Amino acid sequence: MPLRLKHGLQALTVAAVAGLLGLLIWKVVHQDKGVKLGGGRTPPAPQFALSRLDAPGKLALASLRGKVVVLNFWASWCAPCKSEAPRLEAAWQRYRSRGVVVLGIDAQDFTGDAKRFVSKHGVTYPNVHDGPGDVLPRYGVTGFPETYFVDRRGRLVGDRVAGEISAARLNEGIRRALES
Amino acid sequence: MKLVAALALALLLAAPAAASERHPTLGELEGEVMCPTCKTTLDQSTAPIADRIRRFISARITAGDTKSQIKDKLVAQFGPAVLAEPSKHGFNLLAWILPFVGLGIGAAALSWLAWRWSRNRPAQATVTGPPLDPELDRRVDEELARFDR
Repeated sequence: MPLRLKHGLQALTVAAVAGLLGLLIWKVVHQDKGVKLGGGRTPPAPQFALSRLDAPGKLALASLRGKVVVLNFWASWCAPCKSEAPRLEAAWQRYRSRGVVVLGIDAQDFTGDAKRFVSKHGVTYPNVHDGPGDVLPRYGVTGFPETYFVDRRGRLVGDRVAGEISAARLNEGIRRALES
Repeated sequence: MKLVAALALALLLAAPAAASERHPTLGELEGEVMCPTCKTTLDQSTAPIADRIRRFISARITAGDTKSQIKDKLVAQFGPAVLAEPSKHGFNLLAWILPFVGLGIGAAALSWLAWRWSRNRPAQATVTGPPLDPELDRRVDEELARFDR
C-alpha cells in the first residue's frame, strides 16, 4: 500500500474516532438537566406551546406573560395528583381575579384519561397535554406532581415543590410570585 | 431448485410475522413498547403508566386492532419514543442500516488485512547451510530410533 494512502486512512480513522468522541462530549455537555432554582435564582421559565385539554387549540406559556402562573405537572395515574387537585382549584378560584393562572401540564398520560381526571375532580383551570413528556426535562421534573411558580415577567421564582403541594406552600409560592 | 428452497424458507419465516401483525399478543407487545416514565420495556416495568398501557393494549387486541394500529395509537399519545425499536422510515432508518454498514466495513477491512498479511508473509525458510556432520547425523538417528522403541 502506498505510504500516502496508508497515512490518509490512518488520519481518516483518527478523525472518525475524534468526531464520535466530540459528539459524545457535546451530548453530555448539552444534556438538558432542567432549570436551576433556589438560592434567589430567577431563571426564565422554559417556553412551550401545548395542546389544550379543556379547549381546542394550543396554549403557549408566552401568552400568559404579565400574569403569575402556577405550573403544575401531573398525570391521571398519579395518586398525589388527585389529592392536590382541589387545592389547586381553590387557589385558582381565589387568585384568578388578581392575575394568577393555574396551568396544569398533564404529561406521559392518555388524553382520554386526563380529560376524565379533569372532569371527575371538577378542575376548571386551564390544562395542556404533553404526552411524550418533552417539557419535563427542560424544567427538570423528576416525578409527579411537581409545581413551579412563574412571575409576571416570565421568571421562575422560589423553589420547585416536588410531590403533593400543601395549601400553605401554594399560597406562599403565589404570594412570592406576585411580589417578585 | 435453490431458488424454490429460498422462497419456501422466506414464506416459512414470513407466515408467523404476518400472523403476529394481524393477531398480536400482549406478551409480544410488552417487549416492543416502552414505559414512558421508567424507560424500560413494559415487561420490565410495574409503574402505574405501564399497567395502564398494558390495559390499553389488551383492550385494543380485544377490539381486533393489528399490531401496527396499536403501535400507531400509542405513538399518537406518547410520541415515537414509546416504541422500543425505531421506526423503519425517515431518519430512524439509519439506526437499522448503519449497524450493517459498520459490519460490512469491518468485514472488508478484516479481509483486506488478512490478504495483506498472507501476501507479505516471508516465504518459508528453507534449510540451507553446511551439510551435517556425519557423526552428529548418526547420533541424531540413534536418538530418534531410541524414542521410536
